[in-house]
Amino acid sequence: MAHSGINVLFEGTNLTRLLLGMWTTFKIAAVAIIIGLIIGIILGILRTFHNPILRFVLRIYLEFFRIVPTVVLLFLFYYILPRQMNLHMPGTQVAMLVFSLWVAAEMSDIVRGALISVPIHQKESGLAIGLNKFQLYRYVLVPQAVQLELPATINLITRVIKTTSLLMLISVMDVVNIGQQIVEANNQKYPTGVFWIYGLIFLLYFLIDYPLSWWAGRLEKKRLEQTNGE
Amino acid sequence: MSWEIIKQSLPMFQQGFLLTLYLSLIGIIGSIIVGIICSLVEYFKIPVLNKILKVYIEISRNTPLLIQLFFLYYAFPAMGIKMSAQLCGIIGLIFLGGSYMSAGFSGGFNGVNKKQVESGKAIGLSRWQLARYVIFPQGFALSIPALAANIIFLIKETSIFTVIAIPELTNTALDLIGLYYNSNEYLFVLVVAYAIILIPLSIILTLLERRVRYGTFGN
Repeated sequence: MAHSGINVLFEGTNLTRLLLGMWTTFKIAAVAIIIGLIIGIILGILRTFHNPILRFVLRIYLEFFRIVPTVVLLFLFYYILPRQMNLHMPGTQVAMLVFSLWVAAEMSDIVRGALISVPIHQKESGLAIGLNKFQLYRYVLVPQAVQLELPATINLITRVIKTTSLLMLISVMDVVNIGQQIVEANNQKYPTGVFWIYGLIFLLYFLIDYPLSWWAGRLEKKRLEQTNGE
Repeated sequence: MSWEIIKQSLPMFQQGFLLTLYLSLIGIIGSIIVGIICSLVEYFKIPVLNKILKVYIEISRNTPLLIQLFFLYYAFPAMGIKMSAQLCGIIGLIFLGGSYMSAGFSGGFNGVNKKQVESGKAIGLSRWQLARYVIFPQGFALSIPALAANIIFLIKETSIFTVIAIPELTNTALDLIGLYYNSNEYLFVLVVAYAIILIPLSIILTLLERRVRYGTFGN
């Protein structure tokens, strides 16, 4: 064989195209994470209030996004928004919307879990020195909760990045979609090129996610050591 | 929304439903077996094997299932290894699930109260006895919520099998939409089908979590 499969990566603009695809993927993930985390923190705080209707509604929202697989969520929004609500959005925006709502749902649970595990004496001490509800959350509960929830939040971010691989299903030109096109275009010339293309995509995802999981793991370990030391 | 269309599509969804259940079941059992083996190797710190499994766990946890499936289904044949789509799906799911299950079990073992471990050592238990009588019984119980969460996660991940054309639930719905364009009806059935599988599991998960928490506080 005259052609080695790995050369498919360096043929024409293939490598640049793949990296541009990764950039699209990355952008969608970044927007969704930022919007999702902000909404999620607010919803998480609301879920600790003693308003049964609010809590019920937010719980249903969380459970819906937890139970329906992300693939299905993407299709739901992709098909139903244009037909039922006459909202025509390109795949990229649908993806940002779905991922933001999904991140918000998951984040609300992380924040709620962290807020209720801040020791009760912290809350009572805050009230005792005359903080109002806003000050209590702003200066006492949220800062401690953020520290508690950081590993879980980082893990959520790695999950979002992994899940962006599904974008090709709603025809977003992400790295997987571009990879597929390159494979199809070069199949004759480089029969083993498919191995290298998907191998590179595999590696790209790993290179983004691995440092994040490593960081989360380290934080978690530190926290465990701290609690054991008490 | 037309009930007639829904009714006509039900036999096809039933097949997808059964396939989703079947693939999930095999994937879950395989993942639990792989997870137990990995967590035991990690617990006993078996040399060499421990290092290899660490690499496996990092790779499997930090890459998307979709790419793992593409690799198995499209790239392996180029290297001379051909497998059916369903086999690829099952292998991919176990490859992914094994590391999640392993993390769950290891978390359970590490969660056993340090006083318990120290008491065991103090009465002169060997490393194996300590594991057999102190760590494992408590550790497995503590890892049950993680196990249940992973089961739900893996069942949801089977929806990704649609990319290698396994006719499970999601693939059935997409096929039907492609053929007849009745996206509302088919997506509705799809969501309901997943809800039928996952809502009971989710309720069981909540109850288990509560029980385990009660158990630890009860100490």
